[in-house]
Amino acid sequence: MTAPTLAIDDLRLGFRGWAGTAEVLHGISLHIAKGERVALVGESGSGKSVTARLVLGLVQELRGARYSGRMAFEGRDLGTLSRREREALRGDRISMIFQDPTSSLNPVYTIGTLFHEVLRRGNPGIGAAEARERAVAALDDVAIADPGRVLDSYAFQLSGGMNQRVLIAMALANSPSLLLADEPGTALDVTVQAQTLALMQQLVARHGASMLFISHNLGVVREFADRVYVIYKGRIVEQGPTEGLFEAPLHPYTRALMAAVPRITGEGIPEIDEEQTGFYDPLVAHPGYSEAELRP
Amino acid sequence: MKPLLQVIDVTKTFDAGGTSVRALDGVSFSVSAGECLAVVGESGSGKSTIANIVLGIYQPTSGALLFQDKELPDVRSLALKQAIQLVQQNPLSSLNPRRSVGASIRLALDVHAIGDRAGRKARVGELLEEVGLPADYADRSPAALSGGQRQRVAIARALACQSELLVLDEPTSALDVLVQARVLKLLADIRQARRLTYIFITHDLAVVRNIADRVAVFEKGRLVEIAPTADLFANPSHPYTRRLISAVPVTSRREAELRDRLQEPLDADL
Repeated sequence: MTAPTLAIDDLRLGFRGWAGTAEVLHGISLHIAKGERVALVGESGSGKSVTARLVLGLVQELRGARYSGRMAFEGRDLGTLSRREREALRGDRISMIFQDPTSSLNPVYTIGTLFHEVLRRGNPGIGAAEARERAVAALDDVAIADPGRVLDSYAFQLSGGMNQRVLIAMALANSPSLLLADEPGTALDVTVQAQTLALMQQLVARHGASMLFISHNLGVVREFADRVYVIYKGRIVEQGPTEGLFEAPLHPYTRALMAAVPRITGEGIPEIDEEQTGFYDPLVAHPGYSEAELRP
Repeated sequence: MKPLLQVIDVTKTFDAGGTSVRALDGVSFSVSAGECLAVVGESGSGKSTIANIVLGIYQPTSGALLFQDKELPDVRSLALKQAIQLVQQNPLSSLNPRRSVGASIRLALDVHAIGDRAGRKARVGELLEEVGLPADYADRSPAALSGGQRQRVAIARALACQSELLVLDEPTSALDVLVQARVLKLLADIRQARRLTYIFITHDLAVVRNIADRVAVFEKGRLVEIAPTADLFANPSHPYTRRLISAVPVTSRREAELRDRLQEPLDADL
């Protein structure tokens, strides 16, 4: 069997500050098989975004970050790569969609210029005319009606939903093997969010990319992911298939989380116990879904 | 029930850079005393504009507002400001970071001269306890509180004014689900205990379903549908409402069924 697209083992992270080290991740292990859509769900401060940034190699650049553990991308240990090799992966083999679409596009360049830069990462010799042609095709794929106009616009001239689509198109432009999506669509209206996610789902399937989907929104996760990891305060507390995990959550934290979501069928305001017992219980894996069972 | 607030044919246009935007277009509705009316819509639907008009921050271009059967003037008296209060979305930016939490709440008491001066400190403590925080949190700065605690302080500050109408502008959308559930519970309890009236502005229909008595759906500045909550979710009459409900990401099979049922007529139209 081939190596999983992404494998993380016992990843620990702390930030050193004046008052000692703040531990952020307490040894998390997860993996994403080829073509799989995996969600990492948790509340703010649980360490979900920082995990994606570690995979990209962005956190390592920060002073005061102390990390240990193993991260492997398609069987290559990311820790042993040189800085240049890592940089070559970013934007080409591994790409990321950030939460706020408008602020992740540089406002002083047109979308066309930014798109050219993205395409150059995959093909350094690409000329302006060819880049534009490919950009038009990519924007067409994300259902943007007038790609030419969008390419000549600046990010602030477009709506949030439009920018999010541009980002999705950019992230998939070089057909990456791994796409990291940090709360995509959270900044969008519900109807636009639903369209955008459906679009992303189709495109990811078409490109055969694996995906790490980071979100706090349980409903979105249920619709999008094949498999789910629930993270609480830097620890993975439950993992399993999406359907099984939503129908029968096993860990006390996951149960509390599910119970707290208001329902459109109107079951009243959820009652939450003030007691948070069992949130620190050890990891619960659904049968057949532990790391040991899933990884060859 | 007698209406506390009546909004009659309100239109608001904004002029900027030679173009004018009609943010509200002939909107009329009324809010009964003691009810929770949810105002839902997507960005640009005019839901924040209507909140600002109710609060007297903007003046309507045309139309009128009646509060307790009296017309609301453009410039509000102190008594009217006291009667209609606001809780904002982001408690970190709505609380002064240089002022202790207690001082923020006390300011409301001082401005509206509520209670005698000597008793106000104790009153601040009571208000904090009413929203589920220890009274000695009064000495803390907003930075020393979590998001949920800050939102509780913002609610306490609005309660301090002993207002009759609370405008809640996305009060829980910046909070995590576990915290959101507790704050929603608190808001529902306070409404009952104090017989308050809420205008609850939000884009989250799942929250609306569980807290509101009636729902007003806005689209591009128009009020497209207003109905009791249960009716609206069981049988939305406007296609936009249907679209809005069927776009909500859901977490259980029962909800998915409801959503698919609402989706069907939309698919038939295509």
